Amino acid sequence: MKVNVYVTLKPGVLDPQGKAIHHALEGLGFEGVSDVRAGRFIELDVADTISDADLDAMCAKLLANTVIENYRIERP
Amino acid sequence: MKTAVIVFPGSNCDRDMAVALEQVTGRAPSMVWHRDTDLPDGVDFIALPGGFSYGDYLRSGAMAARSPILQAVTAAAARGVPVLGVCNGFQVLTEAQLLPGALMRNAGLNFICRTVGLTVENDRSLFTSAYQAGETLNIPVAHHDGNFFADSDTLDRIEGEGRVAFRYAETVNGSARNIAGVLNEAGNVLGMMPHPERAIDVAHGGTDGLRLFEAALRVLA
Repeated sequence: MKVNVYVTLKPGVLDPQGKAIHHALEGLGFEGVSDVRAGRFIELDVADTISDADLDAMCAKLLANTVIENYRIERP
Repeated sequence: MKTAVIVFPGSNCDRDMAVALEQVTGRAPSMVWHRDTDLPDGVDFIALPGGFSYGDYLRSGAMAARSPILQAVTAAAARGVPVLGVCNGFQVLTEAQLLPGALMRNAGLNFICRTVGLTVENDRSLFTSAYQAGETLNIPVAHHDGNFFADSDTLDRIEGEGRVAFRYAETVNGSARNIAGVLNEAGNVLGMMPHPERAIDVAHGGTDGLRLFEAALRVLA
């Protein structure tokens, strides 16, 4: 089973990379982009029987740094 | 005086750190590999060096913070053994939650490699007692992810508790409140982005880093 994990910066945490991407989009002539935030997408291939608690622990212990990041788990 | 330097795959300041420790103690440190599970018996001082442990995969310091030896380092820190993390070592200590906050990509996105002015904020810790509060040191930085972040409550708390050891005296990397070095609550763990081990010999261009090691290791002697 494929499980998708989305790791994103918490609101209020400055994102220099997102800002650079934003500037680059403007430089390419794209208008109307008011903000860009960059995050990380992680695809896990796991046993169908895995518990939500285990997935949550993987995110909290390693995949995200909860000082600066939120995470969202998407299982099929 | 027994010192130890933790070596991760991708560490690249471990030898510089070893030279600094040997210069001050007269005895070469134990180089402890990340897969080891034990520190040398009776270790008095542990250093986590700079570099790019595990290639900075996932986040700087993230994999190293979960390596086997970090359990021993965490236990030693809890016993009061002094732990110094420099640059990547600082990133590892925040990832291991031995220090508050996180180190994000530099605000200007560039890797910064130069000597910066550093103001001593706390001159009472075991690492900083040879400095004067308010004194400006010249110490090199060399990092891509040195932008210290913590929420404002945490920043207020660590400032109120005197846990900001060093602040940049100039704009460097976008760090919250220009924080360059942070102590843990007990004062025996210090993380800092600048490299004191690169400023211990006149041939380095300065010796302002030497007193950090002299203070910490003399206190322990």
